[in-house]
Amino acid sequence: MDKIKIRKGLDIHLDGKAIKQLEVFEPRFCALKPTDFIGVLPKLHVAEGDDVKIGTVLFHDKNNEKIVFTSPISGKVKAIVRGEKRAILAVVVENDGKNEAIDFSSVNNPIEKMLQSGVWPMLRQRPFATIANPDDKPKHIFVSMFDTAPLAPDNNFIISETSQETSLQIGINVLSKLTDGNVYINVCKDMSWRVSTDAKNVVVTEFEGPHPAGSIGTQINALAPINKGEKVWYCYTQDVITIGKLFLTGKYDSTRIISTTGSAVKNPHYYQTRIGADITPILNIEDNARVISGNVLTGTNITSDKCLCFHDSQVTVIPEGNKYKMFGWLKPVFKRVNDTNTNGDTRPYIMTGQFEKVFPFDIYPMQLIKACLIKDIEQMEELGIYEVDAEDFALCEFIDPSKTQIQQIIREGLEFIRKETC
Amino acid sequence: MGLRNYIDKTKPNFEEGGKFAKFHSTFEAFETFLYTPNRVTTSGTHIRNYVDMKRSLIYVVFALIPCFLFGTWNIGYQHFLSLGQDVTFWQTVGYGLLKIIPLYLVSYIVGLAIEFTFAEIRHEDVNEGYFVTGFLIPLIMPVDVPLWMLAIAVAFAVIIGKEVFGGSGMNAVNPALLARAFLFFSYPSKMTGDSVWIAEKADAYSGATPLGTIFNGGSVNDLPSLMDMFVGTIPGSIGETSKIAILIGGIFLIITGIASLRIIIATFLGAIVMSLMISDIPFYYHLLMGGFMFGTFFMATDPVTAAQTNPGKWIYGFLIGAIAILIRVANPGYPEGMMLAILLMNVFAPLIDWCVVAVNIRKRKKRWATAERRAK
Repeated sequence: MDKIKIRKGLDIHLDGKAIKQLEVFEPRFCALKPTDFIGVLPKLHVAEGDDVKIGTVLFHDKNNEKIVFTSPISGKVKAIVRGEKRAILAVVVENDGKNEAIDFSSVNNPIEKMLQSGVWPMLRQRPFATIANPDDKPKHIFVSMFDTAPLAPDNNFIISETSQETSLQIGINVLSKLTDGNVYINVCKDMSWRVSTDAKNVVVTEFEGPHPAGSIGTQINALAPINKGEKVWYCYTQDVITIGKLFLTGKYDSTRIISTTGSAVKNPHYYQTRIGADITPILNIEDNARVISGNVLTGTNITSDKCLCFHDSQVTVIPEGNKYKMFGWLKPVFKRVNDTNTNGDTRPYIMTGQFEKVFPFDIYPMQLIKACLIKDIEQMEELGIYEVDAEDFALCEFIDPSKTQIQQIIREGLEFIRKETC
Repeated sequence: MGLRNYIDKTKPNFEEGGKFAKFHSTFEAFETFLYTPNRVTTSGTHIRNYVDMKRSLIYVVFALIPCFLFGTWNIGYQHFLSLGQDVTFWQTVGYGLLKIIPLYLVSYIVGLAIEFTFAEIRHEDVNEGYFVTGFLIPLIMPVDVPLWMLAIAVAFAVIIGKEVFGGSGMNAVNPALLARAFLFFSYPSKMTGDSVWIAEKADAYSGATPLGTIFNGGSVNDLPSLMDMFVGTIPGSIGETSKIAILIGGIFLIITGIASLRIIIATFLGAIVMSLMISDIPFYYHLLMGGFMFGTFFMATDPVTAAQTNPGKWIYGFLIGAIAILIRVANPGYPEGMMLAILLMNVFAPLIDWCVVAVNIRKRKKRWATAERRAK
């Protein structure tokens, strides 16, 4: 097993780490949000009031009709939430508690099986972080088995507590058939679980170091940086488990272990729930707190709907920072960051060399950000835009003294290229 | 809190459609000076660390305070030394303050007035950059510089050096050094020579700086002791004489991560290598004379005008050190080379960065080509 040490980065310590204690939480509602997927144009298959089972198609992507999104629970379609210009924001399903699931055992082709059951959207591709295109042959597939983000859930605990070793193993074997290249399984030092497989193209690598050592972008760059024109696929631990269970039982199991974290959560711990679960009952949310699906660096603000996003296995709740602080910029601070205040105003880029301290890529971050700002595709390509995604710049954004919205800048740069070239 | 309520009450007047909407940026500058805003993150990361531009730049001002304090004392000390008078510590400091405060008033009033005006015209926030520039400018001037000259220099530096490029962060050369260079070439008699470094000097007293002594053919034996040059009890620009004060501030900047250690080390290396090659006097004299140390810690490290890439910073710093000594030793016109070396490298910094980034780009394209070949 190869070992790779990531030297640049930053571990952000926050209050509210989840204690290792697991509780089952069966949600009353689940929401599937097309906005969780980049570039998906939803076309509905159901209407309000329809009965659905686990695995019933709720909508598909107009850009690629093979990619369907299925219900994580059985019950009734309660609402179709629409936003501006009638864009579909969420399909909400009420849980009837029966857990009736469609059986996909008769589908033999593994790709078809994953597509029809609705687990396929768990596989995403780089560049652009869109859902993997089933017609592509990816160069490699990457799986990050651990998370180094602030207050991230401990996958070691999740795997052992729910005895998912078999599903995980089957999932990895399935992935190994999807590519002619390698399946890179990236683990951390204290990973208790060991991969044992006959598949020749499974490569296990141990990563060590501060965040973002657990981020897929860092791992891809350390192992096989993406060249222009190449595509790689990636997913995370619980996605592999879900894929494995599908091949084990023939059914889509939408179980997701999440950790509730953050200083505004009372008694933060782990819950076994469903993808898209409405988590209102498990959070005693105080006024003026922000609920985030995911971690504080890359997560989504779900304060308004409180439904888990598709890819996330963590909920963070922190106080909003909408308070004035007298001479706040002058006071020395020794306490941890604990709220959402920007701690300063947006300014032109003045300081240099700061991003490089937390950015473990062979890329000049400031130059790439500026290339994205001016939407110069040739320059973006030359500076390595295909090797990164917005989330890889999260730490840069966190430390940026100019308080610019770097992830948004990179995302807009990537989307500009995607729309121009695809 | 009373003050907060008052600000919230007056705020609408300065917003669009309000009575004083023209002064929005000015109001905003004062408000954010008193209170960090209640703004929260809207996209991307949900938390931001405590370091913002105000904090980064105020650290530079903090770092300059030892130089300011010593400089103030040294103005008085040099003055009374030249007159041969024996005075108390407080008389020395009092005289120094009398000389330095007008310089600061002119620097900040002229500079900030221009900054605020441009911010209002552009409908932008007032940038904190001038806090540092305005603090630096008096420290790199001879003490007796006439106030009207200082005012012109500040106006020139802020308008031509910074605002025409788009304000803080966009300037090509260091505005504080540009102010000095402007006076240096426009009014050389007030900026060089043996008579400008001591306030109201007695005519008979020499008053030459160590660099001036060497420039006029003096030898190491004619210089003040190394200790005096290190402590700073010598004539020179206000902030540059005490190497102890510079080191205290410099180390603070390195620890807080504001100044680039790469640039500082590289500049020292460049100066040492060049003086070993071409200078008759030992290299450590060069490090202690003139504005070398002050320029290295506070001017060369200006992040806007320095090279931005890490390898670029090594090249940039090394060349500053080397060229500064080259000018000192080989140039027949000026005794000091630090200012010109930094300004020259400010201009070349983007080219250095371009080359460094080009190496990275070439490496990436090579990798693409190899991958493509393998795919076929």
